Amino acid sequence: MTTVRIAGVGLTPFGAHADRAGRELFASASLAAFQDAGVERSDVDQLNYGNFMGALAEHQGHQAPLMAEAAGLSCPATRYEEACASAGVAVREAVRSIRSGEADVVLAGGMERMTTLDTGQATAALAIAADELYEVRAGVTFPSAYALMARAYFERFGGEREDLAHIAVKNHANAVDNEYAQYQNEITVEQALDSPPVATPLHLYDACPITDGASAVLLVSEAYADDHGIEAPVSITGTGQGGDNLALQDREQMAQTPATETAAAEAYTDAGITAADVDFAEVHDCFTIAEVLAIEGLGLFEPGEGISAAREGATTADGETPINLSGGLKAKGHPVGATGGSQIAEITRLLQGDHPNSDAVDDATVGVAHNAGGTVASAVVHVLEADQ
Amino acid sequence: MSDHTLDDDAATYDEWLDAIETGEGFYLESPEGHGSLPPRRVCPHSGSTDLTHEPLAETGTVETYTVVHVGATAFDDDTPYISAVVDFGPVELTGVVRGVDLEAVAVGDEVSVTVETRETTDDRLVVFRPA
Repeated sequence: MTTVRIAGVGLTPFGAHADRAGRELFASASLAAFQDAGVERSDVDQLNYGNFMGALAEHQGHQAPLMAEAAGLSCPATRYEEACASAGVAVREAVRSIRSGEADVVLAGGMERMTTLDTGQATAALAIAADELYEVRAGVTFPSAYALMARAYFERFGGEREDLAHIAVKNHANAVDNEYAQYQNEITVEQALDSPPVATPLHLYDACPITDGASAVLLVSEAYADDHGIEAPVSITGTGQGGDNLALQDREQMAQTPATETAAAEAYTDAGITAADVDFAEVHDCFTIAEVLAIEGLGLFEPGEGISAAREGATTADGETPINLSGGLKAKGHPVGATGGSQIAEITRLLQGDHPNSDAVDDATVGVAHNAGGTVASAVVHVLEADQ
Repeated sequence: MSDHTLDDDAATYDEWLDAIETGEGFYLESPEGHGSLPPRRVCPHSGSTDLTHEPLAETGTVETYTVVHVGATAFDDDTPYISAVVDFGPVELTGVVRGVDLEAVAVGDEVSVTVETRETTDDRLVVFRPA
């Protein structure tokens, strides 16, 4: 089985780009991915493209061929939709295509345009990732679903709003020097605690923003890299995916995320590592509580211990296992269908030493990406390793 | 093949709401004892297709809740409201808690389930009230 190498990554700045059409955003990310990669566009076998709500936010369906065209590709293109894990799944299927020998070069990534909607419309659009009959009609929103999980976690393991506030503070601090981040400003615990409630116990500063943006990851087989003299020191060595019942009410319990555990177990086995080998991770912190659930599901912290990890400094930039050095979804932003690709791009930059926060992980060789859909009814985990 | 086309007798979501509205709430049970809710042809736990209607317990307990301060547009006039997941034994239900002050709800509260309408629209809504 071939090694899958990352020949190039590209991102747009994350933020409000309501005047930029989706095709322009994805084209920009793809240009950055091809820049200096040494890969000819004509060699691309397929585009794996993630998008969640383009039909609602941009009245644009059938986006994959449009994005291939925008990126200057003439190859088959397929859209992957797994809510907020859309691009994670797009990357995973790209890895599988290359490993199977069906493809040598795949462009993966995604795009989301969300600021075309007002807050109420965006809230309604995001809610379609939940169970329409039993959750959306019952008044469940994306933030309130995670609030239900947060309360369940507090009941089972303990924890308080201040623990969550430290996660927001950490991720904002990590985003300060990240040129792609939506919020490049620090916040304080007091600001987070004093922000208005969205769905208790979650307040405004527990939530990721509404974001426009795109990501692109150019993946090649080992043979292609060798034949073309491509320098690509970072590889995707493990991939895994897990699933769960869509509605929270149908889960065994809400204080843990089995889909993440399943995805992590598969990805770690695939890469031949254990959780103890993970140097740092980019995890799906759409809300602060989601980071807690993610780092426990990934096996980086025991159940019940993730809640205090940021507060105790274990996951800060100078901690033992830095989490979300990019700023995470919380501060870097969360263009839903692009996020999974963005995580891969950020880990690649961190491992290659060309990220503003690379110094925090200068000895690191193993980074993990965790991308979740909905309330983690879908989870995708990737292991990235740098050549020693 | 012919045994597995659409079944006109299988309960729909609206029929389930009708049943709760008339005080005859039910859930679906597989021979293995797993609970689920309509529309359902296959038990998600066991794969069984032999699903029977069993009466929903009169009351359930609040497993988790949140006070929603920023709702979707379709809930504008309902906001703020309490959203809760309530444990009825074999199944759990999600709905809005009414008849309780926003700050007074707690995990473990005993509630009954009814069907009412939203404030914002005329759409039916699963509602929990103190038992």
